[in-house]
Amino acid sequence: MKKKVVASLLTVAMAATMIVGCGSQADTADAPADDAAATDDAAADDAAADDAAADDAATDDAAADDAAASGDLITVGIINNDPNESGYRTANDKDLKDFFTEENGYQASFAYSLKNDEQIAAAQKFITDGVDYLLLSAADTAGWDSVLQDAQDAGTRVILFDRTIDAPEDLYEASIVSDMDKEGQTAVDWLASQNLDEYNIIHIQGVMGSAAQKGRSGALDEKVAAESNWNIVTQQTAEWNAEKAQQIVQSVIDSGKSFNVIYAENDDMAKGAVAALDKANISHGVDGDVIIMGFDCNKWALQELLDGNWNYDGQCNPFQAAYIDGIIKTIESGSEVSEKVVIMDEKGFDASTITQEDVDTYGI
Amino acid sequence: MKEKSVLEMRGICKSFPGVRALHDVDFTLCEGEIHALMGENGAGKSTLIKVLTGVYEKDEGEIFLKGLDKAAVIRSPQDAQKLGISTVYQEITLCPNLSVAENMYIGRDGQKGVSWKKMNADAEKILKTLDIPAKASRQLSNYSIAIQQMVAIARAVDMDCKVLILDEPTSSLDEQEVEKLFGLMRDLRAKGVGIIFVTHFLDQVYEVCDKITVLRDGGLVGEYEIADLPRVKLVSKMLGKELDDMSDIKTDSVVYEGADKDAKVFVAEGLQSNAGIKPFDFYIKKGEVNGFTGLLGSGRSECVRAIFGADPVIAGSLKKNGKHIKIKKPIDAMKQGIAYLPEDRKVDGIVGDLSVRDNIILAEQVLKGFFHPYSKAEAKKLAEEYIKLLEIKTASADTPIKSLSGGNQQKVILARWLLTHPEYLILDEPTRGIDVGTKIEIQKLVLKLASEGMSVTFISSETDEMIRTCSRLIVMRDRRVVGELGSDELTQNKIMSTIAGGEHDAK
Amino acid sequence: MQNNKKSAGAFFSGLVKQQIFIPLAALLILALFNLIMDPSFFKITLGYNSVGDPVLNGYLVTILDYGSELAILAIGMTLVTAASGGQDISVGATIAIAGSVILRMLCGGQTTTDHYCVPLIVAFLVAVVASMAFGAFNGVLVAYFRIQPMIATLILFTAGRSIAAWINNNELPIVNVNSFGYFGGYIPGVPIPTPFFIAVLCVVVIALVMKFTNLKLYTQAVGINESSSRLNGLNPEFIKLISFVILGICVAVVGLIKVSRLSTINYSVIAKDIEMDAILAVALGGNALGGGKFNIWASILGAYVIQFLTTTLYKFEVQSDALPAYKAVVVIVLVVLSAPVVREKLAGLGKKMKSKEVA
Repeated sequence: MKKKVVASLLTVAMAATMIVGCGSQADTADAPADDAAATDDAAADDAAADDAAADDAATDDAAADDAAASGDLITVGIINNDPNESGYRTANDKDLKDFFTEENGYQASFAYSLKNDEQIAAAQKFITDGVDYLLLSAADTAGWDSVLQDAQDAGTRVILFDRTIDAPEDLYEASIVSDMDKEGQTAVDWLASQNLDEYNIIHIQGVMGSAAQKGRSGALDEKVAAESNWNIVTQQTAEWNAEKAQQIVQSVIDSGKSFNVIYAENDDMAKGAVAALDKANISHGVDGDVIIMGFDCNKWALQELLDGNWNYDGQCNPFQAAYIDGIIKTIESGSEVSEKVVIMDEKGFDASTITQEDVDTYGI
Repeated sequence: MKEKSVLEMRGICKSFPGVRALHDVDFTLCEGEIHALMGENGAGKSTLIKVLTGVYEKDEGEIFLKGLDKAAVIRSPQDAQKLGISTVYQEITLCPNLSVAENMYIGRDGQKGVSWKKMNADAEKILKTLDIPAKASRQLSNYSIAIQQMVAIARAVDMDCKVLILDEPTSSLDEQEVEKLFGLMRDLRAKGVGIIFVTHFLDQVYEVCDKITVLRDGGLVGEYEIADLPRVKLVSKMLGKELDDMSDIKTDSVVYEGADKDAKVFVAEGLQSNAGIKPFDFYIKKGEVNGFTGLLGSGRSECVRAIFGADPVIAGSLKKNGKHIKIKKPIDAMKQGIAYLPEDRKVDGIVGDLSVRDNIILAEQVLKGFFHPYSKAEAKKLAEEYIKLLEIKTASADTPIKSLSGGNQQKVILARWLLTHPEYLILDEPTRGIDVGTKIEIQKLVLKLASEGMSVTFISSETDEMIRTCSRLIVMRDRRVVGELGSDELTQNKIMSTIAGGEHDAK
Repeated sequence: MQNNKKSAGAFFSGLVKQQIFIPLAALLILALFNLIMDPSFFKITLGYNSVGDPVLNGYLVTILDYGSELAILAIGMTLVTAASGGQDISVGATIAIAGSVILRMLCGGQTTTDHYCVPLIVAFLVAVVASMAFGAFNGVLVAYFRIQPMIATLILFTAGRSIAAWINNNELPIVNVNSFGYFGGYIPGVPIPTPFFIAVLCVVVIALVMKFTNLKLYTQAVGINESSSRLNGLNPEFIKLISFVILGICVAVVGLIKVSRLSTINYSVIAKDIEMDAILAVALGGNALGGGKFNIWASILGAYVIQFLTTTLYKFEVQSDALPAYKAVVVIVLVVLSAPVVREKLAGLGKKMKSKEVA
């Protein structure tokens, strides 16, 4: 008995040190990323410049400096998903980390989890700590009502980014989101504009039920249902996983069915699909037999576009810090936030028109 | 059915793939009798018991029970229990992490909802009437194997059984506990319970039993009144041959007569392990057979385990031929030419799923080293050599050891250690749970090995066996060495009195 | 054994008792199913890939390709299972670490490279050492701290992918060197996928190790009876540790194949759930998951059978997130099949066939 107890205590202790160890490692790992920060700031500024809130953001830099000088920092608690989840999330986290600094007038604390209950616990802690703003990218849409009510009672303002939740609108100040339906629509419109005689599509989906999957699948499903010359060869989820995508496409190739479009809902899966095509010597990209479509605008993916190996990549904008800053500044200056839901600008890139500058600016 | 019988088994047959375990066996048990079921290992005792308790389904034959007008159908242990047949096995089949009372009442029929209070009180009452020193509410694992065994009997008795089967219940009990158990059995007999008693201890048979049924090679030899069958006859019936006078094997054998016969091969001074024994001194000469004796738990095994490095040594020193040696782990001892056949064959001895061959070569293979495996052919040759030498009964060298009978398993372990050609062989209870024939074979082998110059330490719970084989006995009590008896002092009485303490207590 | 060949019935009942029967039967059932549903499943064609090298195409080739990863893992997993009586669930996460280490070494800390910054063999060996170290970490927890394998490996299962990401500063490095793709793809001029050759190499190595060392005997002895093994001079803790370290080597090899397939890595999804397939391969091989006796060849065959199943399901366009459910069915069937009762019945069936033949 004693041995068992000691053993399990040891496990817990070791697990704890591992986690603590990793946390600190991750932090220090991010620290030397300063050189990259410069480009990101530029990107963030670019994105902000397109936005209505741009004026605020521009003038606020001065205000933030004043605040920093007087030592009167705005405290923000940021709850995000695990930065390791995807390249998108890594870029998103970096953007936030680089923006919410003391130079910009903020004192930021971060919490990461892919689990809703852990996120809620983190939110409660932030509220207890008395942060001015709670910035939240929720893992799950449900279950946030009561904790947001607590925040309101405590005077903590809540801004959602990247993901919406099922809660009354008056519980948060604003929600900055990507419009996944629009992303899908942009992509499908682009595909339709290619004027193929027939569309035989391998549709590789993300994790079923996720917002990105729903939005990006929805537009395509509608179009296929509406048009007689649009066919789905296979529709499978590869769960954002390149290897699974490769196997799915391999399976279609093995079966001997013909296809001319691969619509992959993220870049990784598009890459996996292309690996299968290369193996079977099926040409793809500009002037190829198969059109390759991806999402998220990873730098390497845009490079593939530039090289003509892929045809299209849809953006999912991770640079939300400037938008958030704009809203905070609006509130701090005493004005009302005009729009509850702020939809970010998102582009779709075509291999025939993309430039090296686009790759450097928008690649994540 | 006969008038007084509670159980009649007629023409029972049972085969396993490749083996005919029982062939046309009859067995009758009367009310209020203790009936010994005797036979060598592999004679079919266990199979017969398992057929009766529904563990195995019989191939042919019928079972009649008192109070039933037709043949009983027993397909599972639950069926047997309902018909009033209860069994207490050699190995404890209770749950060590439940309380005593829970163990007594678990899995009984007709229980809806449990009143813990009542259960504990009931259990306490039974324990008291049977004079079992256990508390109903304590966890079973707190008690010794002997007491756990008694709890198992209490459980069986309380289930209102007509037939009580005791399968080797005494092998892990010391004498006092055995006496207590016999008292219990006699009480039950007086109440009219029929008891089937399976044991290897001949003394015990003659102490409590009324009748004996002898099995051999799956067939029935006969049923005898105890008075009509003296010991020697019983043994010869079990073995199927006339027996040499067992008590005199030592005088026949040759003693080692080399020039170095008085050289002390291994000497221990103030040796102590973390298993709770007091520091002890010890030596063994070349070609000598000595033994540790004492009651169960007196520290016999712990002493030899300390020499072998099986328990971590915390004090003392060890010399081989006058030179200091360090033994921290069993492998160190093995490299010094020590071999140890452990007390608990199942837990420490056999590697159950492995073949007889692998079990035989294991120790020698480890000594040879990780990078020098025997080829299949070599391993097979060695295994077959020892199977032949020790007359191990197995279908082939590839048979898993766990499917062998206890005695043959023990021979395989013995073969394993003989293969390492040790200078010093330690045998801890090598004959426990083994049939008489094999016992004598092992005793003879020990004396033969010693005559060839091997030093042997022999530990046994049966003092007559020790007297027959050992020339010197180290006596232990309460985890310390309390005396030493030379060959001229080796009589039952002297040993007993030394163990018990008193005038012969040397120190 | 000679008797078994006398009649089909006797042969059948003999076969049922063999451990390799389970994966063989499963393979047969799957092959039959595909033969009936669509014989083109077995078609293999010779084509050329985009670089112009000859490659074989077809479902069977795909099975050979992906099944080889599993087969390599099954070797290590079998040993871990046998020695420790438990399974390592951190395999997928440590593959991520090994892959990350390889990319980190090859890219020299850059996000992309068109040449090897260190020789490939160096990168691979560093990954092997890293994997062995993580294997040893698991092994120490299991052997010396006596933590249940599944619980002990849970630590790396949770933390492993973060460690993998940390190794590359959360970057996703890309290696743009053609020869790097050979390990997960094809060597120019050889139309059979390279992972198969790597698996064959691993199998040969483990076969030699088992022939020229006592690995099998020691592992089995420790797995079956630790106490007895110790009294026979073995060091059970060390042998358990070794089994985890060997699994670490297997993990590094698979890590190389995995990152070679795409020339990059995705920390959160690379080799996701692969440990479950590897464990399933061991179980399908008829090995007791509680440790003890093992048959490594049966595990390897089991690995290919699992991939056979996966590929079959892909062919019939079963939603890939439903795959685990189908595999669960396999597990259930397996557990039932390996129950002694069913085995006896099957053997009895063989006997009946035999007696009919005699009549």
